[in-house]
Amino acid sequence: MRPRTHAGTRSLGALSIAALAAGALTACGAQVDTAGGEPSEATGAGCVDTSGDTVKIGFLNSLSGTMAISEQTVHDSLQLAASEINADGGVLGKELEIVTEDGQSEPTVFAEKATKLITSDCVAAVFGGWTSASRKAMLPVFESQDSLLFYPVQYEGLESSPNIFYTGATTNQQIVPGLDYLAEQGVESLFLVGSDYVFPRTANKIINAYAEAHGIEVLGEEYAPLGHTDFSTIVNKVRSADADAVFNTLNGDSNVAFFKEYSNAGLGPDDMPVLSVSIAEEEIGGIGVENVEGQLTAWNYYQTVDTPENAAFVEAFQAEYGADRVTSDPMEAAYDSLYLWKGMVEKAESFDVADVQEAADGVSFDAPEGTVTVNGDNHHIAKTALIGRIGDDGLIYTEWSSDGPIEPDPFLEGYDWAEGLS
Amino acid sequence: MDILLSQLFAGLSLGSVLLLAALGLALTFGQMGVINMAHGEFMMAGAYTAFVVQGVIGSAGISLLVALPLGFVVGGLLGLLLEATLIHRMYHRPLDTLLVTWGVALVLQQVARDVFGAPNVDVTAPEWLSGAVTIGDVTLPKTRLFILTVAIVCVATLSIALKATPLGRRIRAVVQNRDLAETSGVSSRGTDRLTFFIGSGLAGIAGVALTLLGSIGPTLGTSYIVDAFLVVVAGGIGQIKGTVIAATALGLMQAFFEYSTTASVAKVLVFVVIVAFLQVRPQGLVTVRTRSLV
Repeated sequence: MRPRTHAGTRSLGALSIAALAAGALTACGAQVDTAGGEPSEATGAGCVDTSGDTVKIGFLNSLSGTMAISEQTVHDSLQLAASEINADGGVLGKELEIVTEDGQSEPTVFAEKATKLITSDCVAAVFGGWTSASRKAMLPVFESQDSLLFYPVQYEGLESSPNIFYTGATTNQQIVPGLDYLAEQGVESLFLVGSDYVFPRTANKIINAYAEAHGIEVLGEEYAPLGHTDFSTIVNKVRSADADAVFNTLNGDSNVAFFKEYSNAGLGPDDMPVLSVSIAEEEIGGIGVENVEGQLTAWNYYQTVDTPENAAFVEAFQAEYGADRVTSDPMEAAYDSLYLWKGMVEKAESFDVADVQEAADGVSFDAPEGTVTVNGDNHHIAKTALIGRIGDDGLIYTEWSSDGPIEPDPFLEGYDWAEGLS
Repeated sequence: MDILLSQLFAGLSLGSVLLLAALGLALTFGQMGVINMAHGEFMMAGAYTAFVVQGVIGSAGISLLVALPLGFVVGGLLGLLLEATLIHRMYHRPLDTLLVTWGVALVLQQVARDVFGAPNVDVTAPEWLSGAVTIGDVTLPKTRLFILTVAIVCVATLSIALKATPLGRRIRAVVQNRDLAETSGVSSRGTDRLTFFIGSGLAGIAGVALTLLGSIGPTLGTSYIVDAFLVVVAGGIGQIKGTVIAATALGLMQAFFEYSTTASVAKVLVFVVIVAFLQVRPQGLVTVRTRSLV
């Protein structure tokens, strides 16, 4: 007997709503910045064992979950750097022993696994993290355990910890040069499109302050929830605002939907160029080259960068992981981070955290992107900003570059217009 | 005025996307009472079908037209397999089907990741769908016009099939009163299978169409499944007519709310409207009237 009635219908409806709620919750779970669990009091980095022929380091990337797409690539280039260093005699004569942990795209898991790497594996340093949420969850762990994290992704700035080295760009090495470039091109009005979370909102605050000080008009500011799939309304708004350029801080899959809509609506780089800060070589394939060809990006590294170090890096990476693989900015920053740590340790002649922190200032590495140098005060690194244009082969070609490496300034203290932002 | 018309089109277009995603669910959830969380993954399978077909055929123009029916078959066969192996054991147990199909959804996502890789893939839109039609100052992207057409054709075909063919009569008979239909000689088992095949096949078609708009990756389905369920619940369970009205209304609401506020606020407002609506009319817009007791 299976009659269908209002009562039955109603309970089914209620059930499906419950199911939706459950689905929505899990979908959001990955993005929510749940504060990192308080790490237990332990001796921490004190247990690092350097008496043998090897020294342990930890790689902590999301190898599962929504961020795995991006973080797997970073993990690959970390592995490459480690095997190169080991083939070359290791660090201070000791072979690197890698302990890999999966952050599972969950900030809380990052905090737990970081604690585990430091207190039970006794690693000398940890490399990894991608989302700002994961970094912010790990920060208290590394500070209370007094260990070291090397974080390889460009981010929103306004942070500096003695226990973290930031090897990606901060805002004055990516967003500000991007704006400088647009202003140089005669752009007088901007439309801001971003995902609805911390990085785009902070970035757009900076962009608004810059625009106000430089006489650029911001004609609109739109945020789409992460995972938003329908951009017809936002593209309509962009079109009717008719700005000189669009500044895009969308993250993840939303870029695909945005650029498909943008080009389907007949807009292109000639009408209204889009400058993006979250699209690298890795993402272009999924968006479709035909939808982003000719658009602009701001990074510190492209696969096409013409240095001997980069030629060697790309060749080694493709030999290891396949000729169809591309290299991108976060991958290169992760690759650099391991070499920078090696440089610091060798300068300090010690694996001890305090010694490494002491020795950090001025350590440099001839990276694929060019020479990068650690700033001992804020633990960021000086790097050259590159504005690129996406070519028809899906690679990005440098269009403009800053005059040499830019000193990192995470709190934008050297910019009058940025006063009050931090 | 132009922007109003543009938004009207954006709303209708979003409605057609929602409708395509929800139409199959209206059959499987609405008519059979099965909460199939893997419906989104059947869409994903359709999208990857388009990707594979494009790789084999090469020409974007023809491959889309080949992929549409093929996506239907792929989605349908996956649905048939799911019905035959798992779901038919759990009719009358909605909570169990919910959990089981969710598990199946996760498995399918991982299979896609293993077969096609974790990064998104790209399906090139055919030449004849690139660009937009401009009427006055109103721009209508051709891809969206195409999807609108596909949605209309699907709804029309499905309505005719349900109303005018013996197959449709059997499906409606089973929906209205399963026991009576069985006593009258209708094989409810066969009908269930067929309904599930058609419903899942429609998800496949939706997946192919969506390659024109969004990202094609293992988690494609999860972006649409929530909205699709909303449409079916608000539309009234078991009715194609309700699904069409609800999808259109939700699309228009999202477009106009988003235009006057922001995308995030618009989502909240749409949810609020649906929850409020279901308080007043828990059975949804349109319902089947039956004479059965309880």
